[in-house]
Amino acid sequence: MTPDYYLVLATILFTIGATGVLIRRNAIVLFMCIELMLNAANLALVTFSRINGSLDGQIISFFVMVVAAAEVVIGLAIIMSIFRTRRSASVDDANLLKY
Amino acid sequence: MEQLELPSIDYAALLPMLILFGAACVGVILEIVVPRKVRNGIQLGLSLLAVVAALVAVVVERGTRTITIGGAVAVDGPTLFLQGSILVLGGVSLLLIGERTVEKGGAFVSQAAITVGSKKDMEQASGQPGSTEVYPLTTFALGGMLLFVAANDLLTMFVALEVFSLPLYLLCALARRRRLLSQEAALKYFLLGSYASAFFLFGVAFIYGFAGGIQLDKVHAAVANPTQSQVLLYAGFGLLAIGLLFKAALAPFHVWTPDVYQGAPTPVTAFMAACTKVAAFGALLRVLYVAFEGVRWDFQPVLGTIAVLTMFVGAVLAVTQTDLKRLLAYSSIANAGYLMVGVLALNDEGLSSTMFYLVAYGFSVLAAFAILSLVRDADGEATHLSRWAGIGRKSPLLAATFTFVLLAFAGIPLTSGFTSKFAVFGAAVEGGQTWLVIFGVITSMLLAFPYLRVVVLMWLSEPGESTPAVSIPGFLTSAVLGIGVLVTLGLGVAPSPLIDLTRQAADFVR
Repeated sequence: MTPDYYLVLATILFTIGATGVLIRRNAIVLFMCIELMLNAANLALVTFSRINGSLDGQIISFFVMVVAAAEVVIGLAIIMSIFRTRRSASVDDANLLKY
Repeated sequence: MEQLELPSIDYAALLPMLILFGAACVGVILEIVVPRKVRNGIQLGLSLLAVVAALVAVVVERGTRTITIGGAVAVDGPTLFLQGSILVLGGVSLLLIGERTVEKGGAFVSQAAITVGSKKDMEQASGQPGSTEVYPLTTFALGGMLLFVAANDLLTMFVALEVFSLPLYLLCALARRRRLLSQEAALKYFLLGSYASAFFLFGVAFIYGFAGGIQLDKVHAAVANPTQSQVLLYAGFGLLAIGLLFKAALAPFHVWTPDVYQGAPTPVTAFMAACTKVAAFGALLRVLYVAFEGVRWDFQPVLGTIAVLTMFVGAVLAVTQTDLKRLLAYSSIANAGYLMVGVLALNDEGLSSTMFYLVAYGFSVLAAFAILSLVRDADGEATHLSRWAGIGRKSPLLAATFTFVLLAFAGIPLTSGFTSKFAVFGAAVEGGQTWLVIFGVITSMLLAFPYLRVVVLMWLSEPGESTPAVSIPGFLTSAVLGIGVLVTLGLGVAPSPLIDLTRQAADFVR
């Protein structure tokens, strides 16, 4: 079985995530889309690890998971603090800074 | 079973980073055990001490040229020079962050969890001591930046990118006043920043697939003798570049900069403008010069177009701004474009002049934001341009200092702005990128207009009813102002010692 299909899948997932960030409005959903992009990268790394016959890619994906977890902590803290004031997590409502 | 060989670790070369990460961890513990009243002094002292100790470690290691921990970290001339610059600029920004007398309690919120607009929020805004978490966060960010410029493989670079970005996202949200703006800036910075780092990571995956490894020298070898499809290389490089260009704030990845610079507390803005720029360009230099030197003919025109676009966006939009913080943000975007001109020279001269520019610009921008933090009214800083009308009549010394810094940004001779622009443009001409220099000179002239408009406004307008009072700077802000102005002048009058230093340092190990 050829591993190329996994690369195609990873690219599709990444594109779904990247498009989602652009078209969705809820900060939490945006954040989930970014996580999807990171996981797509993980899938690509593991696939390339298989193609190249080296373990590096699998090790990198562990690091990525740790970094993603740290990002969740920071991101949810920021979204929470905004939600408590505005009672909304929509990124369209955060519109004080412009021009 | 295969014998596992542990990589050798050169602790002396890693010492600057270890000191900063260690001090940051100690700072987090101090948050718990030290009583609130004395915390500020202790935390500021600790972080300054760590920065000085790390700087000493960098200076002691100045002759080191090595790649350590299994190829993850390269300590060479550019690394040590950029680490030194980040530490000096970071130390000066820490003084600005530590200022607690200009505004009662400092520029930071006392507890970030207090809901905006609540009764508690009014109480904290009226002068409760500011939070001291900012010191460990800044120290973590500094440590991450040191690692970012030293990273010799793409995974280390990604982790370092996150280590310095995550504290910055939080620091942006910690302003004492105008907290909604501050939180909004943090949200935008966070969402766009993690979006960009996801692109960076996907690029890392492609480059790993292309080269079979993530060490920059392996990538270099694979670029010279490709065994995999070139599509992986170009897709990977493009995605990787998005992540790096975002941090360096180059158009079209600059949209976050004005919002974040305006919303973040001014000391944090100064810190980002000075240190993040050094770190981002340091990593960009290493990636372009060490890993992708073999495809320079392919990326030079694309990145050149981005540089031109950045210079124009920065210069043209700076003209239309009515808020000084945003004006300086657009000026920093334009400056990122000039730095890119130096980077794209792709020769030793380009490397050394870019490093010189980073230091010169860092000090000027720290002085500029220090001045912004002094002009204030009852609601905090008065950054709207109209409020600065006639401030030269009321406080000539402040206006004169600001005029000098703005002239330095505009690139008037005898300031560091002139010598640094001269250096990067000279390097670009030598590297055969004359077209970039032509656009650089045109946009410099455009960019002089908004600066001069501020100067004219300060000196030639009558002060109105609403012209705010200028606070007396505390010791720390005065120190920042003094250092910033002296370095800006010094590098304009006698740049040769620093230029010699950058030339000696301009050699990557591979």
